[in-house]
Amino acid sequence: MDAALEALRDRVLAAGHAGRRLRIRGAGTKDFLGETLQGELLDTAAFAGIVDYEPSELVLTARAGTRLSAIEALLGAHQQFLAFEPPAFGGDPTLGGIVAAGLSGPRRASAGAARDFVLGARLLSAGGECLNFGGRVMKNVAGFDVARLLCGSFGILGVIVEVSIKVLPRPAEELTLGFEMSAADAIEAFNRWSRRPLPLSATSWHDGVARVRLSGVGAAVAAARAVLGGTPIAAEVAARWWAGLRDHTHPFLAPREPLWRVSVAATAPLLGLPGAKLVEWAGALRWLRSTAAAEDVREAARRAGGSAALWHGAGRVPAFEPLPPALLAIHRRLKAGFDPHGLFNPGRLVPGL
Amino acid sequence: MSTTAGFAADEPAFSDLSERPDAARRRSIVAALTAALPPGAVLAEEGDLRPYECDGLSTFRELPVAVVLPSTERAVAATLGVCARLGVPVVARGAGTGLSGGAMPHAAGVVLSLARLNRILELDPAAGIARVEPGVRNLAISEAAAPFGLYYAPDPSSQIACTIGGNVAENAGGVHCLKYGLTLHNVLRVRGYTVTGEPVEFGSLALDAPGLDLLAAVIGSEGLLAIVTEVSVRLLPRPSVARVVMASFDDVGKAGDAVAAIIAAGIIPAGLEMMDRRAAVAVEPFVKAGYDLEAAAILLAESDGTSEEVDAEVARLEQLLAAAGATATAVSRSEAERLRFWSGRKNAFPAAGRISPDYYCMDGTIPRKHLGRVLAAIAALEEELGLRCMNVFHAGDGNLHPLILFDANVPGEWQRAERFGAAIVELCVALGGTITGEHGVGVEKLNSMCVQFTAAERAAFFAVKRAFDVPGLLNPGKLIPTLHRCAEYGRMRVHGGLLPFADLPRF
Ligand SMILES: Cc1cc2nc3c(=O)[nH]c(=O)nc-3n(C[C@H](O)[C@H](O)[C@H](O)COP(=O)(O)OP(=O)(O)OC[C@H]3O[C@@H](n4cnc5c(N)ncnc54)[C@H](O)[C@@H]3O)c2cc1C
Repeated sequence: MDAALEALRDRVLAAGHAGRRLRIRGAGTKDFLGETLQGELLDTAAFAGIVDYEPSELVLTARAGTRLSAIEALLGAHQQFLAFEPPAFGGDPTLGGIVAAGLSGPRRASAGAARDFVLGARLLSAGGECLNFGGRVMKNVAGFDVARLLCGSFGILGVIVEVSIKVLPRPAEELTLGFEMSAADAIEAFNRWSRRPLPLSATSWHDGVARVRLSGVGAAVAAARAVLGGTPIAAEVAARWWAGLRDHTHPFLAPREPLWRVSVAATAPLLGLPGAKLVEWAGALRWLRSTAAAEDVREAARRAGGSAALWHGAGRVPAFEPLPPALLAIHRRLKAGFDPHGLFNPGRLVPGL
Repeated sequence: MSTTAGFAADEPAFSDLSERPDAARRRSIVAALTAALPPGAVLAEEGDLRPYECDGLSTFRELPVAVVLPSTERAVAATLGVCARLGVPVVARGAGTGLSGGAMPHAAGVVLSLARLNRILELDPAAGIARVEPGVRNLAISEAAAPFGLYYAPDPSSQIACTIGGNVAENAGGVHCLKYGLTLHNVLRVRGYTVTGEPVEFGSLALDAPGLDLLAAVIGSEGLLAIVTEVSVRLLPRPSVARVVMASFDDVGKAGDAVAAIIAAGIIPAGLEMMDRRAAVAVEPFVKAGYDLEAAAILLAESDGTSEEVDAEVARLEQLLAAAGATATAVSRSEAERLRFWSGRKNAFPAAGRISPDYYCMDGTIPRKHLGRVLAAIAALEEELGLRCMNVFHAGDGNLHPLILFDANVPGEWQRAERFGAAIVELCVALGGTITGEHGVGVEKLNSMCVQFTAAERAAFFAVKRAFDVPGLLNPGKLIPTLHRCAEYGRMRVHGGLLPFADLPRF
């Protein structure tokens, strides 16, 4: 066993024996997110490195501590990329943290979410065992899909120590178009365009401007531009815009309270809440700077078919939407099955778990 | 296996439920169901039960105590209520086209057929979402969406018959999943009932939902976690154009290299499928697709999108295929020709049924680079076991479907076919792949699960099972082998000299 992995295992076993709690951490770029941080720090950064990458298989396998920058550099050299565009939050996150948080960037609505690209994961369990779920192949239905269950688990089921992930060829060309329109019109237009065979790869609305990114072979991008109209945005300006949304370096998404992330059905009308907003994912993701009462935000999100997370400013109210009782019971039993003594990231995803 | 801080022991409480219950208990189960359900919803006469004794894998059969055919969600909940109260196993069933025995009845249990829950509840073209009952057939969704220029992307070859509930339970794929994903990637929300009849909802109409991604666990769970009664799927805009390039190769390895070259060039074709000569020869008289019967392998690569995209991509595909040594290529010139090129690949299974009394369809996945090696091993197994095999292959994503031809009436042939199949899927594991890409474990691949997963990993699967299904009544005995079974299989493999490719490193 690799020394860095052995060290992690020894810490897990020791903490288990002593009845201590562990707070798993990669680069810490998402420390701000979720419920309270509790327990001794368990740092995965030392268990790093790319284990396997074959461009023609479209699969990359890397250890949890591997930095996004290292992965992107390697993939970029082969004109490939992580199509779910994991947010970096101004830092250099680890693959383990990216998968544990399960967050996706601007391309989510067209390319899929982090979990859609997870093919396999190795878990260091509370018992100190390394368990392999999924694998390094595109299609795999042997056993329950635990690898994808770990994606977005915020570490509450164990330490993700290695991940195999699907990668894609980088599109040949990209072009961003701008349109002056209201939020309501933008949401309507995004949905209408999404129902047509157009190479949309991202959409956003903020401050009276809708932006649409097209990605694909040159001919397709040019043809779509002719259909959509709008004003082309210079490539560097557009790249900065989408990176700002992806990595939350855009001032609107800066770490200031309160910032709500409201995930709703894409066609849902405006939520009718006070405050400034930024729309992504063809209308399915709405960021909101609002001092409205948490209950009002959550109620509006539920009415729109979704849920609201308090991205910055949690503490007084739970960060994530509380779960209905039937699902909470399943979460409790999953936690009890994987982590019977409550070792890992207590309370990080669901209060009390 | 450590049990101090690890998973609890895995022997499930239901392991003693496999015996057929006595007549008195059978009568009381039937009486309780009949009392709880509308007239005509409960079948219990042997003649009525026979059609349900197996799924598409007919070598595994069992008669249930009863078959329940609810037409409403309320009746589903009522059935579950009775079964939970009496401790009766429940096996969900869609169309019964599964190929791993997943819907095979339990001798002490009830088959819960979802076939009558077959309404399309809502089709929202503006949102690109269809909300349907589980018994709706896969193809019926695309047919209903067609007037809006939309379709449901996952297209298993069984799509005229199989249900969306069965697709969810198996995470079904199709020839277009290389580009458009599996069931998992195209389902937004699933509603259903837990074993005790409590309503549950996994996922949401938004692009994510709070908490753990239970939807990911439920998709592909083979009816072991919940009964699905409503599925919301994503509809995609139908591409304006689709064309397929058909290429012949005089060597299977070269065809495999052509696949790698296409992907390495940055192209993700809408479909990328391969057939070996035996498969082409078997289907040609049946479909008259014009396949090159001299070729060792035929590759079908589909391009779809706007006409500009397709023109550009088809030109590049032709170049790449020629560079990879294709002996001939043809591009479909019309929609009719495109469908004809595909017809053989889509009809490979029925064609196998025409040239052989029986066939056994395998379903392993490998990293594509090992294709040549696996096909060579299959050829060696044909010699060793005296059975023929034809190969069709979702080449783009490394999913193999060797079709082992046998005659169940010849004593010993099925046993040899079964050994053949186990050897293939276990080779897939040895090469870094998996025992099943899309057909599921069911009862068929329980033994092979022991090869792919350690005892601790299987214990984790039982932990997932228990989290959703505390009494262990949903499709018990499927998907996850018990420790005991794996110990038995391990002994048999060693003593029977079954260990295939013992020289290969295991990883
Ligand atoms: C000719 C042929 C070609 C095929 N081609 C493909 C292919 O290309 N790709 C592919 O992936 N598969 C393929 N299959 C396999 C099969 O069609 C799929 O697995 C399909 O998804 C099964 O659907 P079904 O409705 O027939 O389910 P069934 O066989 O009835 O059931 C399958 C499993 O799902 C469970 N289940 C069914 N409904 C529910 C529900 N509502 N709630 C909970 N659990 C449920 C059952 O308990 C069982 O475990 C093929 C089969 C045949 C016969």
